[in-house]
Amino acid sequence: MSPSKAVLKERIIKQILTACAFSSLLFLFLIFAFILVEGLPLFYKVGVKNIVFGMKWAPTKGLFGIFPMIVSSFLVTFGALFIGAPLGLGCAIYLAEYAGRQQKLFLKPALELLAGIPSVVYGFLGVIYIVPFIRQFIGGSGFSLLATSIVLGIMILPTIISISYDALTSVPRSYREGALAMGSTQWQSTSRVVIPAAKSGILASCILGMGRAVGETMAVIMVAGNALKIPTDMLDPLRTLTSNIALELSYASGDHRMGLFSTGVVLLSIIMVLNYLANFVIRRTVIK
Amino acid sequence: MRINPRLIDKLVSRTLSMQAYFTVGILVIIVFIIFVKGISNCGLSFMLTYPEDMGRHGGIFPAIIGTLFLVALSILFATPLGIGTAIYLTEYTKESRFTSIIRFGVESLAGIPSIIYGLFGFIFFVIKLGMGWSLLAGAFTMTIMILPTIIRTSEEAIKAVPKNLRIVSHSLGATKWETTVKVVLPSAAPGILTGIMLSIGRAVGETAAVIFTMGSSLRLPTSLMDSGRTMAVHFYILAREGISMEKAYATALVLVVSILAINILAYYTMNKVTSKYS
Amino acid sequence: MESKIRAENLSLWFGDAPVLKGIDLEIYKNMITGLMGPAGSGKSTLISLINRMIDFEDKVKIQGSLSIDGEDILGKSVDVVGLRRRVGTVFAVPLPLPRSIFENIAYGPRLKGITKKTDLQDIVEASLKKAVLWEEVYDRQQTSALKLSGGQQQRLCLARTLALQPEIILLDEPCSGLDPISTAKIEEALNELKKDFTIILVSNNTKQIARATDFSAFFYMGELVEFGATDKIFTNPSIKRTEDYIQGKFG
Repeated sequence: MSPSKAVLKERIIKQILTACAFSSLLFLFLIFAFILVEGLPLFYKVGVKNIVFGMKWAPTKGLFGIFPMIVSSFLVTFGALFIGAPLGLGCAIYLAEYAGRQQKLFLKPALELLAGIPSVVYGFLGVIYIVPFIRQFIGGSGFSLLATSIVLGIMILPTIISISYDALTSVPRSYREGALAMGSTQWQSTSRVVIPAAKSGILASCILGMGRAVGETMAVIMVAGNALKIPTDMLDPLRTLTSNIALELSYASGDHRMGLFSTGVVLLSIIMVLNYLANFVIRRTVIK
Repeated sequence: MRINPRLIDKLVSRTLSMQAYFTVGILVIIVFIIFVKGISNCGLSFMLTYPEDMGRHGGIFPAIIGTLFLVALSILFATPLGIGTAIYLTEYTKESRFTSIIRFGVESLAGIPSIIYGLFGFIFFVIKLGMGWSLLAGAFTMTIMILPTIIRTSEEAIKAVPKNLRIVSHSLGATKWETTVKVVLPSAAPGILTGIMLSIGRAVGETAAVIFTMGSSLRLPTSLMDSGRTMAVHFYILAREGISMEKAYATALVLVVSILAINILAYYTMNKVTSKYS
Repeated sequence: MESKIRAENLSLWFGDAPVLKGIDLEIYKNMITGLMGPAGSGKSTLISLINRMIDFEDKVKIQGSLSIDGEDILGKSVDVVGLRRRVGTVFAVPLPLPRSIFENIAYGPRLKGITKKTDLQDIVEASLKKAVLWEEVYDRQQTSALKLSGGQQQRLCLARTLALQPEIILLDEPCSGLDPISTAKIEEALNELKKDFTIILVSNNTKQIARATDFSAFFYMGELVEFGATDKIFTNPSIKRTEDYIQGKFG
C-alpha cells in the first residue's frame, strides 16, 4: 500500500485548483498594479494637492484638478442614498416582516430583476423621461444632480434591498416571538427588536449601495450633464470621477491619459474604503 | 395623547407595501416602455440584417454576434477558473489565513466598478499586451469581472451538497477528485448554472468595461483579434449620439428581453435547487 | 482461526478527550464479530479507524497500532483509497447516492476501472442477490435509489459495498432505523456472506449481536471490557459489567 499513481494525480489536481484560487488574487494585483503604475507618476509630476484639490481640469494645459469631480461623486452618491435608502429599506422590511409566502414568491424575484436591467437602459430612460420632466416642471437644463440622484437611487435599490433583507431575515425568530408574545404589534416588534438587531447589516447595505453609486458610469454620463464645476444647486449639471474617465479615455494620450488613470486611482481608493467599511460593519455583526 | 398602536401598525404596513409595489412598478414601467416603443422596429429582420449609416438604418446582426462571442468566450474562461476556485475553497482546504486572503481578493474584485475594469483592460490587454481593441481583450476583461459571481455562487452550491454523500463516495474507494467530479459537482450543478447565467446577464448588459477593451467597430467580427460591438455598446452609442431613437429602443428591447429571460431562467433553476434539499 | 485485523494498545483522543483507551483486539477471518456497548463507548470510532474515515475528523491523536493481515493501516504512507476498497462500509442510516439503483452499485466497480457494460451488469446482479434485494428490484434497476424504502435502501448500500469485492465489511449500526422484517433480511444476508468476508457488526441491540455474530466485544467508556465467543459472552460472561449490559441494566 504505497503511494500510487492515483495519489500523484490527486496531488497534481490540488496544485491546479490552488492555482485557480490564486488567480483571483493575481487579477486583483494586476488591476491595482497597472492602475497605480499609470496613475501615480502624475501625482509626483503635478503634485497630489494640485490633482486632488485642484479646481480646474484642462489636461491639454497641464491642469489636472479633479476636486469638483470628487465632490460631485460624493454628492450624487448621497443623493442616490437619500432616494434609494428609504425606498429600499421599506421594500426589505416589507419583504422580510410583512409579506406573505405568495407575495414573497412574486416580489422577491421581481425586485431582484431590477439588478439585471443594464445601466445604459437606466441612463437612457433617465434622459428620455426624467431629464425633460425636471427641465419642464422644476427648471434648469434637466441634466442635473437631481436627475442623476434619481437614476442612481433606483439603480442601488437591488443592493440595498437584498443585503438588508438578508440582515433582517437572519435575526433569530425567537426575538420576534418574544416581542409578539408580550403583546407588541408587528411594527413594534419590527422597529424595536428586529431593526436594531439587523442594524449593522442594514448599514452595510447602504455602504455597498454607495459603492455601487460611486462606481456607476454609463447611466451617469447620460443624465449628469458632465459640466466641469462643483454644483451649487440640485439642478446644476456635474461630472463624476467615473464619467471623467469614460468620456475622455477613447481619445486621450500622454499626460492626459495619465490624468484619467490618476482619476482612476482616486476612484479606486474611495471604493476600497467603502468596501472595507462595509466588511468591517458586517464582520462586527457576525462576531456579536 | 396616545395613538392606538394597532392603527400605527396598519398604517406602517400599508406604507411599506406601497413602497414594495412602487419599486416593482418601476421595473414594470421600464420593461413596458422599452417593449411598447421598441416592438414596432424590432423583428427577425432587425436581428438578422447589418446596420447601415452608423445604425440609423438596418439591423443589429453584428452586435448580436459580437455579444454572443464576448459572452461565450468570457464564460469559457471564467467557468473553469471560478469552479476550480470554489472547489479548492470548499473541498481541498480548511479555513486558513490563505483562504481568507483569497476570499478577500474575490470580495474586492466584486466591488471594483466596471469603469476600473475598462481602464485596466485597456492599459493591460489592449495596450501592454498589444491585443488592440479586440474580442479577446474584451473577453479577458469580462472574465475577471464575472469571476467573483461564479466563484461565490459555485461555493454556495457546493457547500449545500450534504456531507454524507461525500462520505459515502470516499467509503466506496473514491479519491477526493473522483468524489468531487462524480458526486459533488452533479449535485451542485443547478446552483453553479445559476451563477453562470447571472454572469451571462452581467456580460450582456455591460458597457463601460467593454467599450474600452473590445472597441465599437460595427463590422462583423471574424477573428478573436477583431474589434466588435455588443448590443449594450451599440445601444449606448445610438442613444448617446442621438443617431436613432427608434433603433435605440429596438436594440434595448432585444437587450432587455434577453437579460430578463436569462435572469428568470437563473431564478427558476436556483429555486429547483433549494427545494431539492429543503 | 486466522487473524484478519489486529489492534494493539490502540488509543485515540479527540482533542483532549480520550475516546479509545489501549484497545487490544483480534478480529478473525470469515467470522462475524459484534461490537456492542452504550453510546460513546468508542465502538464506532474503532470502525472509523479501520476504514480510515477518521481522516475526515479534526484534532485526532492516535497511539498504538492497527493492522490488517499484519500490515499497518494507520501510517501516513498508507494508500487510503486502496484500503477503502478492501474495507467496505455500511453506515447507520441508508445513504444512497442520488442516482439509479444500478449506478449506485456500479459506482465502486467503475472507480476501480471496470467499464464494460456486461461486466458491470454481472457485478450488480451478483451483489443485489447477495444482499437479498434482487427479487425486489431486478425489473427497475434504472429508477432512482431514493425511491426505495428505508430497508431496501440499506440493503442497496450493502449490495453497493459488496460490489467493491472487499475483504472486510463494516456495518455501523446498520439496522438502527429499520423494521424487524428488514433487519431479519439483513441478518440473513450476513450469515451467507461470512463465507467470503470478514464482517464487523456494530450494534446497540444486544439481541442482534447474540443472534447474528460469532464473536462479540463489549466496549464501555473507550475500553474493551470483554471479548470472546458470542455463546460464552452471552451465557457466561466473566465480568459483571458485561452481564449487566447484556441484561439491559444500563446502556
